[in-house]
Amino acid sequence: MLSIKNLHARIEEKEILRGINLEVKAGEVHAIMGPNGSGKSTLASVLAGRSDYEVTSGSVTLNGKDLLDLSPEDRAREGVFLAFQYPIEIPGVSTINFMKTAVNEIREYRGQETMDAVSFLKLMKEKMKLVEIDESLLKRALNEGFSGGEKKRNEIFQMAMLEPSLAILDETDSGLDIDALRIVANGVNKLKTPNNATIVVTHYQRLLDYIIPDFVHVLYKGRIVKSGTKELALELEEKGYDWIKAEADAQTV
Amino acid sequence: MSDSNKILEEITSSEYKWGFVTDIDNDSLPKGLNEDTVRYISAKKNEPEWLLEWRLDAFRKWLKMEEPIWPNVTYPKIDFQDIIYYSAPKQKVTLNSLDEIDPELRATFEKLGISLDEQKRMTGVAVDAVIDSVSITTTFKVKLSELGIIFCSMSEAVQEHPELVRKYLGSVVPVTDNYYAALNSAVFSDGSFCYIPKGVRSPMELSTYFRINAANTGQFERTLLIADESSYVSYLEGCTAPVRDENQLHAAVVELVAMEKAEIKYSTVQNWYPGDKNGKGGIYNFVTKRGICAGDYAKISWTQVETGSAVTWKYPSCILKGDHSIGEFYSVAVTNNYQQADTGTKMIHIGKNTKSRIVSKGISAGHSHNSYRGLVKVMKRAEGARNYSQCDSLLMGDQCGAHTFPYIEVENNTSTVEHEATTSKIGEDQIFYCNQRGIATEKAVALIVNGYCKEVLNQLPMEFAVEAQKLLAISLEGSVG
Amino acid sequence: MTTELKESLIQHFNTLEKTPSSALLVDTRKEAISAFQELGFPTTKHEEWKYTNLKNTIAKTYAIESAATFSAEDIKTLTALPIDCYKVIFVNGIFSPSLSTIDAAGVTIEPFQTSNQEVVKNYFAKNLPYNDSMVALNVAFATAGTLIHVKAKQHVAKPIVCFYLSDVRSANVFAQPSVLVVVEEAASATVVELNRSLGSNTAFTNAFTHAILKKEAYLEQYKIQNDIDNSNFVHNSQIVHEGKSNSYTTTITLNGGLVRNNLNITLGAEHCEAYLNGLYLEKGAQHVDNHTLVDHAMPNCYSNELYKGILDGKSTGVFNGKIWVRKDAQKTNAFQSNKNILLSKEASVHTKPQLEIFADDVKCSHGATTGQLDPEAMFYLRARGVGEDKAKKMLVHAIAFDVLDKVKHDELRAYLEQEIEERLK
Repeated sequence: MLSIKNLHARIEEKEILRGINLEVKAGEVHAIMGPNGSGKSTLASVLAGRSDYEVTSGSVTLNGKDLLDLSPEDRAREGVFLAFQYPIEIPGVSTINFMKTAVNEIREYRGQETMDAVSFLKLMKEKMKLVEIDESLLKRALNEGFSGGEKKRNEIFQMAMLEPSLAILDETDSGLDIDALRIVANGVNKLKTPNNATIVVTHYQRLLDYIIPDFVHVLYKGRIVKSGTKELALELEEKGYDWIKAEADAQTV
Repeated sequence: MSDSNKILEEITSSEYKWGFVTDIDNDSLPKGLNEDTVRYISAKKNEPEWLLEWRLDAFRKWLKMEEPIWPNVTYPKIDFQDIIYYSAPKQKVTLNSLDEIDPELRATFEKLGISLDEQKRMTGVAVDAVIDSVSITTTFKVKLSELGIIFCSMSEAVQEHPELVRKYLGSVVPVTDNYYAALNSAVFSDGSFCYIPKGVRSPMELSTYFRINAANTGQFERTLLIADESSYVSYLEGCTAPVRDENQLHAAVVELVAMEKAEIKYSTVQNWYPGDKNGKGGIYNFVTKRGICAGDYAKISWTQVETGSAVTWKYPSCILKGDHSIGEFYSVAVTNNYQQADTGTKMIHIGKNTKSRIVSKGISAGHSHNSYRGLVKVMKRAEGARNYSQCDSLLMGDQCGAHTFPYIEVENNTSTVEHEATTSKIGEDQIFYCNQRGIATEKAVALIVNGYCKEVLNQLPMEFAVEAQKLLAISLEGSVG
Repeated sequence: MTTELKESLIQHFNTLEKTPSSALLVDTRKEAISAFQELGFPTTKHEEWKYTNLKNTIAKTYAIESAATFSAEDIKTLTALPIDCYKVIFVNGIFSPSLSTIDAAGVTIEPFQTSNQEVVKNYFAKNLPYNDSMVALNVAFATAGTLIHVKAKQHVAKPIVCFYLSDVRSANVFAQPSVLVVVEEAASATVVELNRSLGSNTAFTNAFTHAILKKEAYLEQYKIQNDIDNSNFVHNSQIVHEGKSNSYTTTITLNGGLVRNNLNITLGAEHCEAYLNGLYLEKGAQHVDNHTLVDHAMPNCYSNELYKGILDGKSTGVFNGKIWVRKDAQKTNAFQSNKNILLSKEASVHTKPQLEIFADDVKCSHGATTGQLDPEAMFYLRARGVGEDKAKKMLVHAIAFDVLDKVKHDELRAYLEQEIEERLK
């Protein structure tokens, strides 16, 4: 489904991604781990099309389509969803209104009929239940005055609404207490189907107790230096990143 | 940045959609202004002697006054002799029904989307339409008159309700209030008049549409609205003008009087022609609007969505004379290309426990300049007065300017006055977030701007709110990246 | 009436031009006098002087640049300050080197006449727009000013205190002290300005302080205004920032008649920071007007402004703060807050916080409030057994101390605390 080949990207003059290779198939969950500053969030941002980053070489395709050629909104319409680490506040715009706009823009792109108010509301109610989010929250201005947990839950709600083929969760566990973490993880798990894939970007292993990854990759200095299964995450939890850093540094020297 | 500039250019090139000219036979005075002009207008309208004298008095005072230079706007000096002060569509006789309206004129109103015909009657908006300073028709007159509500053109009111006109005309905006108010007092040609009797709630929105059609014409309409004790009225005002290369002057005066426990809600969607993208042409909109809460517990609420005009100079104000009276001002002002707006409000707290609230949202794009100018004055007697003001400015692009000039004068120590203001731009992060959810940048900007203005748009009657939202989107199409 | 003082000043200028000292800054001063001649004294018709009326002040007859007859004892009393500092003394507007302590390390303090002429010429009143005629008036007569020149990389720890003394025992006095402060690269200094008068006639002082901050310079300025009731004080301060310099300016007005402060700050290079704090405690018939202008001319600068007023009696307060962000000044952060408390029925306040923004990538905000002491807080204190009067004082203190907290110099802060304590008695 997703194929990343030799991806290099920089911000201003600083090269952050230095040759990423990654294949993600439908139905899989991949975890990207790594120490701070290794390029995890950059990878998520580059996939979503944030313009601060310049891709200098490499390719990214989603279901055979060149992602790097597309605008951020067209990537979203093709099925890329980024759950933001720091969801932005938009005063005066309710989540409901926001989602209605987004759903219909995407439907229009795909040549589907736009949804009327009634069927939109029905869909929304259904998804609200799925991710355990309260309607009153959705009536409020987008993320404005939301707690950390509410913001993240709102991200998962939006993911449920948009039904992406590739969901990227960028440090979704940061700032969450254990209950909020469980609710968010449950939401993600319920949304999993054989036709979609998930990339979980995280620094800690604890989210992976709830969202079980099929593969774990360790990012360091802009490259994937080690890949494995969920056991790798446990090992990292126990031993930290230093041994991997040492290993990787030894190789490059 | 280059992306956003590109989009900005696209936006700024979006065109004014109400710029058509209607080919109607006009009965006009030649250009120029002197006492004879004033006499001609008054005679044309068959006005009583006292009104002619009032006009002449205003004219003489105007001659001695000077154009205000304090607003934060620049424009070439206006040649007041180069303006036509009276232009009326040639209508033979008074109309008995809407069907008798000149078809060209009807078509104009249809293009404007004004509810003149039967089907629109169902929407329940009573309309007075003023074209080139002359009131054309007032709908729903009969139904309203059953309740004792008078809603007619100012000329008609002068003939039929002279006692009311004489009592209140100039009572809120005195002849010498300012340069343009004095000019208006001398040469006003028509406008709307409205009186709501004691205890009556107007069952429908009353509405006036203003249209400047003829070339080289100034429009000087005068609106007077009186809400007697415990009455309620919601009044809407809209305006458009054709695309013309020269600047045209619009200097209106609106006076509101709210008696004890009366409430007036006055909404404006101002969409005069703003000039082209190079700043050529457009309306000079120099308007004086003021209401007085004359009795206790009276309330006046101004809501305005200002997207048009080349230069706007306008401060809808409230004199809070009655104890416990309330004044409100909700404003969205959008400027794009080379537009300039200097707008805001004055809240004068005279009575005890008076309250006022100001919410102003300015949006500047292109090479435009947008200023908020407001005065909150708490007089000595105004025990327990309260004011809250919030003025926000949003900037799109680096060629425009946003300015905030609040004046706060407090002479009573039991009052509380709070003012807050912020200036920011639409965050690139906000736009990216929308993009990531599949919403294209142009739509994202409209969404964010509408959210930003929501508190004001919420004050508009439903139908108007939708229109205003569309107008905002058109005015700013693709303004930021 | 009002033309009299103007005419006699212009005449005085012409007389002075014939004396030897007139060579100093001659072009600058000639330009200034013609600006003043054209503009005249400000009237309430000027937007910037709408709420402050100088009419009564300038209607009086003044001795201009008259010699004072202060005894050594008088000077001692007038310049008493419980702070270890350098003293720079002006008598009736004229800098007196013999009374001043000028042997400071790292800094030279000299009269314009004998100081480095290059520096004075290059900086004093350079490129000033004379939109306020009071600045022009001061500059026109600036031959008796002083240059405070802080040398590069020097840290002058002791505050340099300028005393503007007026002898009004026998006549009304019009005085115009002029000060140029140049803080060279990576140097730092603290400058305090105090105006004090002796006598019961009227003191009318029109002071001008021009400060230049070179790269990475740091300047703390304190203006402490606690003079006799008959003291009318107009102070123009211009601070010009060069790269990465910081300024902290605190203006505290405790007593006087009519006080008008114009504080103009130009952030003329990137990464400069300016902090402006003010406190005005007014009573009786006092009138205090603070006008501030922060001109963000370059990107990446920061300014933060807090002014608080507490007004009692029949006093009037004016705050007019302008933040100006020019087109090139992207990434500007500018904040401004003005809070006023009216303690009496007769007191009034006019506040006008303004933002003028020409750049889009900025964060700017301002807020202004006017009200009375928080009734909830009053009730709380009284419910704990604190009498109404005492409760009021406690709350006023709390408000004043908010600003005092920002005074970085410990001795100075202690002194101000004491003065405020005294003032509130």
